[in-house]
Amino acid sequence: MYNDGRLSWFLKGVLALGYLFLYVPILSLIVYSFNASKLVTVWGGFSTRWYGSLFQNDQIISAVLLSVKIALASACAAVVLGTVAGFVLARFKRFRGSTLFAGMMTAPMVMPEVITGLSMLLLFISMQQFFGAPSERGFFTIWIGHTTLCMAYVAVVVRSRLMEIDQSLEDAAMDLGARPVKIFFKITLPLVSQAIASGFLLSVTLSLDDLVTTAFLSGPGSTTLPQVIFSKVRLGLNPEINALATITVLVVGTIVIVANYLMMNAQRKRDKAIAAAMRGDDADQQNGVGNAKAAVSLA
Amino acid sequence: MMEAAVKPAPAATTSERPYLQIAGLVKKFGDNFAVDHVDLTIRQHEIFALLGSSGCGKSTLLRMLAGMERPTSGKVILDGQDITMLAPYDRPINMMFQSYALFPHMSVEENIAFGLVEDKLPKGEINARVMEMLDLVQLRKYAKRKPYQLSGGQQQRVALARSLAKRPKLLLLDEPLGALDKKLRQQTQLELVNTLEKVGVTCIMVTHDQEEAMTMATRIGIMSDGHLLQVGSPSEIYEYPNCRFTAEFIGETNLFPGQVVVDEPDRVEIESAQLGSRILIDHGITGPKGMEVWTSIRPEDVRLDRRPPANSHNAAQGKVEDIAYLGSFSIYHIKLASGKVVKSTVPSSRWYEAGEEPPTWGDPVFVSWRSDLPVVLTR
Repeated sequence: MYNDGRLSWFLKGVLALGYLFLYVPILSLIVYSFNASKLVTVWGGFSTRWYGSLFQNDQIISAVLLSVKIALASACAAVVLGTVAGFVLARFKRFRGSTLFAGMMTAPMVMPEVITGLSMLLLFISMQQFFGAPSERGFFTIWIGHTTLCMAYVAVVVRSRLMEIDQSLEDAAMDLGARPVKIFFKITLPLVSQAIASGFLLSVTLSLDDLVTTAFLSGPGSTTLPQVIFSKVRLGLNPEINALATITVLVVGTIVIVANYLMMNAQRKRDKAIAAAMRGDDADQQNGVGNAKAAVSLA
Repeated sequence: MMEAAVKPAPAATTSERPYLQIAGLVKKFGDNFAVDHVDLTIRQHEIFALLGSSGCGKSTLLRMLAGMERPTSGKVILDGQDITMLAPYDRPINMMFQSYALFPHMSVEENIAFGLVEDKLPKGEINARVMEMLDLVQLRKYAKRKPYQLSGGQQQRVALARSLAKRPKLLLLDEPLGALDKKLRQQTQLELVNTLEKVGVTCIMVTHDQEEAMTMATRIGIMSDGHLLQVGSPSEIYEYPNCRFTAEFIGETNLFPGQVVVDEPDRVEIESAQLGSRILIDHGITGPKGMEVWTSIRPEDVRLDRRPPANSHNAAQGKVEDIAYLGSFSIYHIKLASGKVVKSTVPSSRWYEAGEEPPTWGDPVFVSWRSDLPVVLTR
């Protein structure tokens, strides 16, 4: 395609429109969080009063804490289970039902959440009838529901990373005397650590903003942040929610920027090292010629 | 000085006692034989090369020796111990992988120490051995680097050091120089052989590169289709191939199919329609008269003349079809009357000494060879 390195006005326009579409709502949300007026749509001057009242709102604070707790707990569980599942999918020879297992592993990703949530609710209710546990729906049931969902994502991420890794690394470790369990912890796990980390972050995010599954699995006294926001919005828009959203955007944005910066730094260091090694190669080659000559003259 | 830093170089006479014995080794994948009844014995301190094109079963054989594949049947005995069913981590065998398989999250030092740590050697000994290995491959100053901070040649040396650190009874090399570019490969071949001989380790390498096999190995085994076709020193394999596959795989050759018409103790005559004259060989072969055989004659043994040669055997007239001038010699493609193309390698000095102009495209010429040079192949 013809390209002189500059974008035509048309492309620029489309680009601007796209970005506007994505970011204007968020920007207006941030701006209106500093609105003094109680009406969300009318500007009444600058104020931080909604931030103040937000921190005095016990319902919101406890919902935030619950959401964070659930997110961390289900991310931890999902990472453990998902990594094991991903490892089995990528490394085990085909076993009876391996295709079925692979399909079932990823099913929670494509299954409508309403169905996942409903079926889990029914499961927990019948479990309560037969075993007497879980006695009520709350943290525990939400945790299980979110873990199921997040585990599928972790398994997919870890599996694809494992597929990229040269399997002869594991063979080499075995050849050098390491037993399978040790290979997993000393070789495989460090190599997929980045995938596990991103699986963890993904799980935290998924769990934090999950509404549908949570709605089925939560009980009285266990309301997560998305549920609070959703119920508040239904009762009419509230500037406190704007303040809450602004804080969320700030926190997430900071994490993303810091993570990006760290990754870029590491990459730059790595590139430098590789370039240095390549330069060293020439000197080394001459060295090699010298050695070969020495060997010949010895003979 | 470290005690016994490296084992002394092996005495010139390597012991004839079989060190590694492979007996009737079979590996089947489904209904296909990847390795089909291979028997092989290797002597101590030997550098043995398994040579074959991809898919011939050489890598499967190597992986069975390393323990990564379980043989369908057969036995592997190393230094008196049956290791056929031993797990890879229990074998006194180490392998250098084609991709080197250096652990990217560990430094050079840690990579070399990996096997020693797994063996739970005392710390002092591990350090001493790692240093010894780093000196052996001349990478002492790179000890703290990560593999990605090394060039390809350096990575290869780290992989070698790591596979030698445990002082294995047998070292397996999977395409040891396959990942290097051609120029670096030729230097590294000699360097690698020197190192291996210094350590005195018994080696089996797998390669598809005949030049690499011939430069590095004391003996070569030719593999095709899961079979071990021929085993011998590089010169034996080149000069006395035992089948058509070996003759064509190692170097270039001209093959003539024909029937034995005269079979005396001191000479054989073979009728070959493609050559147009009889092939005479000045030693007997054992086989019935009328047997279908192939005669192999190397291009460098084919003499090219403008004038007809004196003998009527082992000769034919043809036309120059193609010339590849390669400086010190040229390869001539001569088309015979039967349509068969014979290759002949002619030193450039040949014409100069004879005081003749070198033949050019379309010139009528004669090919001929001495009767002691062809090799008769029955399969």
